[in-house]
Amino acid sequence: MELLAYAAFFLTIALTYAIISLGLNVQWGQTGLFNVGIAGFVGLGAYVSAALTTPDAAERIGGFDLPIALGWLAAMAAGGMLALAVGLLTLRMRSDYLAITTFGIAVALQLVFQNTESLTGGAFGMAFIPRPFAALQGQAFAFNALNLALTAAVVLVLYLLLEHLLRSPWGRALRAVREDETAAQALGKNPILLRIQAFALGGAIMALAGGVQAHFIGFIAPGNYLPMMTFQVWAMLIVGGSGNNRGAILGAVLVWAIWALSGALISEVFPADQQARAASLQIVVIGVMLCAILLWRPQGILPEVRSVSRHLGHRNKDK
Amino acid sequence: MNPQAIIDGLISGSTIGLGAIGLTLTYSILRFANFTHGDFLAWGAYLTLTVAGVLGGLAAGLGAPVYPFSFGWGLPLAMFGGVVLTVALTLGLDRILFGRLRARGADAIIVVMASFGASMALRSLLEFIFTAKPAYFTKALQIAKPLGLGMRATPDQLLMIGLTALLVLALHLLVTRSATGRAMRAVSENPGLAGVYGVDVDKVIRVTWIIGASMACIAGVMAGLLVQIRPYMGFDLLLPLFSAAILGGIGSIPGAMLGGLIIGLAEAFAVQIVGAEWRAAISFIILVLVLMLRPQGLFGQREA
Repeated sequence: MELLAYAAFFLTIALTYAIISLGLNVQWGQTGLFNVGIAGFVGLGAYVSAALTTPDAAERIGGFDLPIALGWLAAMAAGGMLALAVGLLTLRMRSDYLAITTFGIAVALQLVFQNTESLTGGAFGMAFIPRPFAALQGQAFAFNALNLALTAAVVLVLYLLLEHLLRSPWGRALRAVREDETAAQALGKNPILLRIQAFALGGAIMALAGGVQAHFIGFIAPGNYLPMMTFQVWAMLIVGGSGNNRGAILGAVLVWAIWALSGALISEVFPADQQARAASLQIVVIGVMLCAILLWRPQGILPEVRSVSRHLGHRNKDK
Repeated sequence: MNPQAIIDGLISGSTIGLGAIGLTLTYSILRFANFTHGDFLAWGAYLTLTVAGVLGGLAAGLGAPVYPFSFGWGLPLAMFGGVVLTVALTLGLDRILFGRLRARGADAIIVVMASFGASMALRSLLEFIFTAKPAYFTKALQIAKPLGLGMRATPDQLLMIGLTALLVLALHLLVTRSATGRAMRAVSENPGLAGVYGVDVDKVIRVTWIIGASMACIAGVMAGLLVQIRPYMGFDLLLPLFSAAILGGIGSIPGAMLGGLIIGLAEAFAVQIVGAEWRAAISFIILVLVLMLRPQGLFGQREA
């Protein structure tokens, strides 16, 4: 029973990463936008949702005791707005300016989380974030299983929505811009507008993931949103298969499993004083894995499925 | 406002500028934003530290401080070794990673992503080998000497500003006056065309890495000597480096240096006003301002 409870806990966390990975798939997989500030967007969502839903606290502003669902929505709105602003600023310029700017966003947000004690609780973070099904907290398995079901439902809804959206004319236009901007432009598509839309949608999804994660764990601190997280999510999408939503989910669960297992292994094998040191090897392994996949299997485990308009009928089967 | 901020800003600006030179050159010649560059600074510092340790074991006298500086002859010698090793590191990385992606004709953004992965791996490798505990080149303490107008600086700091000025001048002459420099500019304009005209593109790429890695190593040693050596030192400098390179205009060596100095000074003054905990936000604000007002940078050319 305890093992099952842990399995449910593990899967729930993995699925929150799957949400981030789905958001990244809209930005990178479909549109080719390189976001190096994922952790910033996730953290923003977590903090916004937490600030709105926690009970009133004397030492900081916020704490409106609102329902969790409202927190999630606000998180999405905040993430979308931030992504929109970044997109408006950089998406007219060469592609790596977006990478550098998002990197900067994550650094700047990290400072805000750390330093504005009255808003975010500073280095100590925020506790008492309401958890879904909190009444069952005493029973570990039931609590974790219900949360798993809730998170899985969020992933499923997102998956279906995104699949539908990406097969729509809008989704095809995104891929057209990714593959050949000039050709897309010649067909009357506005590449900059499409990119900004995709970036904002992806940012909103990432922030939602931050909200979901924060409410499941019940506690957030600036240390959760380090560049490490950005890096993990990239590894997840690239391993699973960028451009493929199922790949994004699979990659998230797989990389998280590798991460959790190697972490457990390290705490078994190494003495306590060497564990922090050994943990850095985990990162080396994931970094090398990311580079190796980019070199030898850039399409990932589940390659992108070619999708054309269903109105083309039988011609779909050509290739 | 304390005039000491000018000296502090010039010193940290020299480090940022030297680091940004390598970044701006790889950006314009190899055409990708190299997220690994910050870690070259950290590796340069640690490699120099290692060489210094070996040298100190061979000849103990090398470690004795030479008046008025806080370090002995061992450090410049070790830095020479560190530069060679850092160059070897970047050339090796280019061979196994970036060069292969280039040969495959991969998108610039894929190379950026690979550099991001490599950066994480390199940094964590440092942490594994040397642990996260800070290290120091020297334990000697230095008294800052008054320079007038209420400003003070240690001899080490003045030496660094001088060394930086010399290096930038030499590099600028190399790129503007020599045949190699002409070849570098040709490749940055159009690699295909430069190749057709008989420019040895592979050699230009090697020279770019050599210059970038050497400057990174020297900047890393300077940062290590002034503050301390940590595995994350390069990563923490990455945003200032990018801001300096973009502020100066991609591809411009004097631009990168000037950008570095501006960011160093802005940080030093801002720290006095808003507090040290916001230091890292300064380069982000400058980056956003440049992207909004003058995306081609101070010395850059507007893109077609």
